[in-house]
Amino acid sequence: MGRAATGFTICVLGLALGVVALVATGPGRTATPRDTLVVGQMAEPKSLDPAAVTAANDFRILANLFEGLTRFRPGSLEPAPALAARWEISDDGRAYTFHLRPDVRFHDGTPFDAEAVRFNLDRLLDPKHPSADAGPFPLAFFLAPVMAVEVLDPLTVRLRLDEPYAPLLAHLAYPIGYMVSPAAAKAAGKAFGRAPVGTGPFRFERWESGRQVALVRNEAYWGDKPSLARIAFRPIPDANARASEMLAGGIDLMVEVPPDQLGSFRDPARFALHEAPAPHLWFLILNAVEGPLRDVRVRRAVNLAIDKRTIVENVLSNAATVPSGPISPAFGAAHDPALEPYPHDPERARALIREAGAQGATLTLLAAEGGSGMLEPLAMATAIQADLARVGLKVAIETFEWNAYLARVNGGLKGAAMAEMAWSTNDPDTLPYLALRSEAAADKGGFNAGGFSDPELDRLIDAARGETDAEARAGLYRRIDRLTHDAAPWAFVASAKQTAVTARGVEGLTLEPSSLLELKGMAKR
Amino acid sequence: MTAYALRRLALAVPVLFGVTVVVFLVIALVPGDPALAILGSYATPESVARLNAELGLDRSLPARYLAWVGAALTGDLGRSYALDRPVLDEVLERLGPTLILAAAALTLSVLFGLAAGVASAVRQNGWVDRTIGLALLLGVSTPSFFLGLLLILWLAVGLGWFPTGGMSALFGGGGVVDLLRHLVLPAVTLAVVATAILGRLTRAAMLEVLRQDFVRTARAKGVEEDRVISVHALKSALVAVVPVIGLQAGYVLGGAVYVETVFQWPGVGRMLVEAIGRRDILLVQGGVLALATLYVAINVVADLAQAALDPRLEA
Repeated sequence: MGRAATGFTICVLGLALGVVALVATGPGRTATPRDTLVVGQMAEPKSLDPAAVTAANDFRILANLFEGLTRFRPGSLEPAPALAARWEISDDGRAYTFHLRPDVRFHDGTPFDAEAVRFNLDRLLDPKHPSADAGPFPLAFFLAPVMAVEVLDPLTVRLRLDEPYAPLLAHLAYPIGYMVSPAAAKAAGKAFGRAPVGTGPFRFERWESGRQVALVRNEAYWGDKPSLARIAFRPIPDANARASEMLAGGIDLMVEVPPDQLGSFRDPARFALHEAPAPHLWFLILNAVEGPLRDVRVRRAVNLAIDKRTIVENVLSNAATVPSGPISPAFGAAHDPALEPYPHDPERARALIREAGAQGATLTLLAAEGGSGMLEPLAMATAIQADLARVGLKVAIETFEWNAYLARVNGGLKGAAMAEMAWSTNDPDTLPYLALRSEAAADKGGFNAGGFSDPELDRLIDAARGETDAEARAGLYRRIDRLTHDAAPWAFVASAKQTAVTARGVEGLTLEPSSLLELKGMAKR
Repeated sequence: MTAYALRRLALAVPVLFGVTVVVFLVIALVPGDPALAILGSYATPESVARLNAELGLDRSLPARYLAWVGAALTGDLGRSYALDRPVLDEVLERLGPTLILAAAALTLSVLFGLAAGVASAVRQNGWVDRTIGLALLLGVSTPSFFLGLLLILWLAVGLGWFPTGGMSALFGGGGVVDLLRHLVLPAVTLAVVATAILGRLTRAAMLEVLRQDFVRTARAKGVEEDRVISVHALKSALVAVVPVIGLQAGYVLGGAVYVETVFQWPGVGRMLVEAIGRRDILLVQGGVLALATLYVAINVVADLAQAALDPRLEA
């Protein structure tokens, strides 16, 4: 053997020894500390300012840092007291008087009081407010009916609305209604999103880009103190990498498990799988303005032709249900329990298409390549294409990257077109109001991309929005549910369940219909 | 040599200028915009238009380009919309991890590529040559993202020898040993294709050189075979190999984009993937510009090294 070869061999042996030493001295299987919960996230948060973000991924962190005047009652989407101990609604539905909890302080030690509530709502709603430059605040429109905030005394605050607006209490429980510390927001300005200060059971510790957002227990919390000392939210955007990390023990909790990964976690000795319903709806927007889908018979035929059950079972690994209309069962009484999903009935679909004279029509199906709540958009598009071919409708799929897709679809559908869409909402008002009213047509800046218009539906949506009596309001939504089901402006395809995996020894996880991930009740053994 | 170096450096300027134009145009042509990414699913066309105007994205392309290049010349790469911090800060923070990963991968591929090529050439058509040839063929045709996932499943998830990803342990991490432990799998993954390419090229260059007169002369003069190969032949072969090492640096930097994504490595590559999804235009431009600058710099060094090995090139 020559000298060069000897030199190389020594190099390689050295390297190999080094690697062996690394393995041998390593900590073995990754283990997370006992008092720290490590959560696998889909992405780095955009910001930790609750007013600046729109993604469920970011809400999961915020739900542990912040609280609103209201919160959702566990297991439901009904508003319940949080920072406000109780409230009264005026008879005309235009004034909400909140009585605040007396014992609450922000993480920076400043008191939470009526002035803080006024500061928060003014920051959101008045573009000239000195702290409004932390925006844009994309979801502030949810609270837009609030015209004025009156401080009656340090613990009483009245919100005056320009019209009766029943969804108010639900939106105050959502991140857009979370109360930030006025002192911290004023001091930090635009940087507040990287140094958030709220009243929640955990407070912000640090944010290391690409690595983690770390929260620590709020020792001064007004409610039951959490048993966990810390939470680390780790962004792992690649779904395979996230699953590997869970399998290797580097994270304790992972949400939104991709359907095709569920099988890897069916080992009860190591993991627990959690499932819960969510107000999620995956649907096809059908162009009700031009082309064959103008005819309600063809729209119903599309609903009948799609084999929703098979899509849910085979494409979504059963991590979804088949919806009957636009109002999710997660909204309780607002959903019409007697309403059945469109059955899979190709015979009737063919008959309806013949009646409408739409045999052999060609439709364009706009499909996203991914995106928030979109599940498996390409596999679902091809399944739908095959189902529609069986009843004599030719479908050409056009795919877009998510961002480009939103721009394209929100601009309004043209011609014989259908488009995939998915929404997760926290109040039965949101989806019909933003995406089904005539006034919400795409050319008017709304999300009704198919241009569906029905005066009766418009009237019901407005009436439900102004109805402060919970019972009467739920009744209106049941009618909206049924009317929309019958008029079929959309094809109702799937409603995803929330899924989560926890490692053995991680206890106390409850998946709420709101999808907000409150971790204060969790513990590790 | 100095004059050559200066000439070579001067040539890098138009290359980088071209890179800025191409990056800018490609990003501008991609549909979707940052305002939409910031506002999320609830964005209406009006609010998108308003925010685009606030971000200065309603100006004409040339105006935006000139403003960007003008500021870039003063070292100001703008502000990331999504992260709300200066692009330069973010890029510099991310460049370190990428350099560590790329340097480790390049070192591995040079070491093993040259060794495999020389060993193959010396034993031409023997079983060593065939075995190495097969291995190199496999290496060159294995997609890195696939190999990465395979290594994670096998060595990290299955055997628990290495961490599945990241650059340091989240708890009790830090330090050189921790870094090396995290570095092994991504560096190997990233090195495989470059090793195979360098190995095949070194083999061809060595075979070429070993047939030349000066090698026969050296052997005839009684120089021992080991010295003939490692000094006389390899030095000549390197003239052809060194510029390819420079090119492989480009492959390694490009490959870092997906290797970093698979291994959660906090480098420029992963930053770019996230920035493109968010249409964070300035961050994408800054990140690509940084990688391109690095690539050009490495190639200038490779060219200079080649000139040092073969003085004829300075002419």
